[in-house]
Amino acid sequence: MSERQNLNRREFIALVGAAGAGLALGFHLISEHRLDAFAAETVATPFEPNAWLRIDTSGGVTVTIGKVEMGQGVRTALPMILAEELDADWSKVKAEQGDAHSKYGRMTTGGSASVRTAWETLRKAGASAREMLVAAAAQTWSVPASDCRTENGMVIHASGKKLSYGELAAKAATMAVPQYPKLKEPKDFKLIGKRVMKLDTPEKISGKAIYGMDVKAPNMLVAVVERCPVFGGKVKAFEASAAKKIKGVKHVVQIPSGVAVLASDYWTAMQGRAQLKITWDEGDFAKQSSDSILAERKKLAETKGAVAKSVGNVEKELASTKKKITNAVYEVPYLAHAPMEPMAAVADVRDGSVEIWASTQVPDRVQNMASDMTGTSKDKVIVHTTFLGGGFGRKLYPDYIEEAIHLSKAVKQPVKIVWSREDDIQHDLYRPSTYNVFNAALGEDGLPTALSLKIVGDALNKSNPKDNVEGAAVEGASNLPYKIPNLHIEWVMHNPGVPTGAWRSVGSSQNAFITEGFIDELAHLAGKDPFEYRKQLLTDARLKAVLELAAEKAGWGNPLPQGVYRGIACHKSFQSYAAEVAEVSVDKKTGEVKVLRVVCAYDCGIVVNPDGAEAQLEGGIADGVSCTFKRAITIKDGRVEQANFDNYDSIRINEMPKVEIHFVPSAEAPTGTGEPAVPPAAPAICNAIFAATGVRVRKLPIRPEDLVKQLGEN
Amino acid sequence: MASFTLDINNKKYKVDASPDMPLLWAMRDLLGMTGTKFGCGKGYCGACTVLIDGEAAKSCSRPIEMVGKSKITTVEGLSSDNSHALQRAWMKYDVPQCGYCQSGQLMAAAALLNEKKNPTDMDIDEAMSGVLCRCGTYQRVRLAIHEAAKEMTGGAK
Repeated sequence: MSERQNLNRREFIALVGAAGAGLALGFHLISEHRLDAFAAETVATPFEPNAWLRIDTSGGVTVTIGKVEMGQGVRTALPMILAEELDADWSKVKAEQGDAHSKYGRMTTGGSASVRTAWETLRKAGASAREMLVAAAAQTWSVPASDCRTENGMVIHASGKKLSYGELAAKAATMAVPQYPKLKEPKDFKLIGKRVMKLDTPEKISGKAIYGMDVKAPNMLVAVVERCPVFGGKVKAFEASAAKKIKGVKHVVQIPSGVAVLASDYWTAMQGRAQLKITWDEGDFAKQSSDSILAERKKLAETKGAVAKSVGNVEKELASTKKKITNAVYEVPYLAHAPMEPMAAVADVRDGSVEIWASTQVPDRVQNMASDMTGTSKDKVIVHTTFLGGGFGRKLYPDYIEEAIHLSKAVKQPVKIVWSREDDIQHDLYRPSTYNVFNAALGEDGLPTALSLKIVGDALNKSNPKDNVEGAAVEGASNLPYKIPNLHIEWVMHNPGVPTGAWRSVGSSQNAFITEGFIDELAHLAGKDPFEYRKQLLTDARLKAVLELAAEKAGWGNPLPQGVYRGIACHKSFQSYAAEVAEVSVDKKTGEVKVLRVVCAYDCGIVVNPDGAEAQLEGGIADGVSCTFKRAITIKDGRVEQANFDNYDSIRINEMPKVEIHFVPSAEAPTGTGEPAVPPAAPAICNAIFAATGVRVRKLPIRPEDLVKQLGEN
Repeated sequence: MASFTLDINNKKYKVDASPDMPLLWAMRDLLGMTGTKFGCGKGYCGACTVLIDGEAAKSCSRPIEMVGKSKITTVEGLSSDNSHALQRAWMKYDVPQCGYCQSGQLMAAAALLNEKKNPTDMDIDEAMSGVLCRCGTYQRVRLAIHEAAKEMTGGAK
């Protein structure tokens, strides 16, 4: 499992850190084994001015992307950015996934960073190609370039004569590459800001889109691995004779993560796996359970942690104030990512070369890993990224690809690793669980004068020193957006042995729930409207603007139908601003909560593809609803108690609220949409539950029986 | 091992497999038809939904020996060119995100429209809640089903 740890260590800071690396210009690499559904082109593509763009003689524009497509729409948004500056005919634009190559810059996809980090690079790539096409036309016509303009894939002279980009492609390739191409003013954008159907939608509704799970290489075996049910456990001994007797089972191989059965197909491999007899050395974690972890955390909450932020004197203020809340405990569980596509990848380790097809968020990292594992030079390691059937952070960790490489190396033929859903849910790298204690004092005006928070929970990076605050653990809390003169935030690291990883919106996924819930508590203690209270305390103008827009569009303060109640929350993450108003109804007898409507206001700067951006926010909100009511990973005897969607589910269509999205008009450079709609959803819903019932939800998930119990206690 | 003839998208396919092999894996691993997806293997998520004699069925939980002469329709059989009313509605509302569950969504929707020409929201909830979408495309799935239903009934209410 070394790669699981390595990623934590090496990638994590860069991934969730504020600054994402820009993309470098490079060249494109087309493999003969390319799995993109776009068929190989038969027309010549003479014009390839940079890594991202090819124009063929028929005017077809192919935009290659380095970031991976996992449903977030980068295979459309990134080409739109380039096509805008190119003045391309959008109907002739195709997108293509680049194979792993350093010339694409950072390919690792996460942190809602793709559009933000590609923005300038792709605009320049498009603008520079446009100027070369104009230069080619001007030379052809012997006219000044300044007399020519571009539109919809054509260069047009003031006289009205036209040449298409396809006709100009060969000549454009001979023009000098401008170093400082002129970029458009945002007000002149024609394509950016338009609602565009995602370029890959047709292949995703015809069954033609190829995911890691769908790859078939010639002479390929399918492998499944039996892993120790206890984290950190090892194989002591195993007996494979019964497994090997099954027709179609070809090999049984021990690898660092467990014992693999390789067969002609998945079903047969699973039959073989069921026949394995493995004796495990379960190790120390076998003694752990969710109860023992919680007990330890309660003790740790009494100890001093690493200080994430400290302003003024909270203790003094709390001691001298009457109006206060003390020892408010908030808890969130471990979460599995559970993307729809379980882990899958194909590795073909040959003599002197390696080829990999994978559903991964880290193609560049996979290339390095395969090179290291096989002693093959990096340029001989080809990594094709397929479509990802969801990522949510899980596919940042290439442990499954590592397994495929081990196995292909061992059996000297292509191997597809496939994880069952049970493998996925029980061997994930989980969103940390945390135990959090708040104290706060209110002044005479009801506004908070002091607030302290102690977070006890797992680090993502297990080698993080205890006295060092891990940024991800406190993000969304240490940057509390409210004006509070005395503020103290500590983090106590507690790593009981559960593997953890980045999960959609990372620290904000839990810290928005606890802080936005607690701020709501303070508003109610002060006897103030939760929206007005936040508005008064917010220091960030953009966050305040989305809060106000959400309240306005939701009709905050207007009467609601009987039995319907509202809650509000706002949060900034990954440089985007989100505020959400949730409307719920609660059946107090059964504890069933219906989330009827969520109004979301969002500021991500310029919105590249509003329809795609809305889809991301709808999905983020759906994820937030699922976290509120459905999901928890619990441990017993060192084992994950959940195994499949029967006990680790997400909301279904009947539980999806009506979602309305409102963007703040903006000319700021774009940020992202993949994650930031998740954090405000759970607190907005729980704040609405409070409005409906007077029950303060301080622990996720809230299940009907929990709510009934708390209603009884109230 | 035994020999079976499967009728998939109006074509006959011969497979040699263990009788308890689920239809899903026969299609995916033996016939190379990968449009139908593996999500959970237990019938909880519906990513593997196909039509068997016009009705929605979870192919991960249907052994091939139980399929017999039934007519199987997969997403590849909806149309060859995305011209099915559901596929066109799916494009109009740009339903997919990661896309992995969408074959299941489309086939469950096709089964629903086979049964009910003008499904209500409640009909949609009932027919579609067996198909999990981790990306949260539900709002658009609902709109697209209504759109397709409207079109298939000639725009009549």
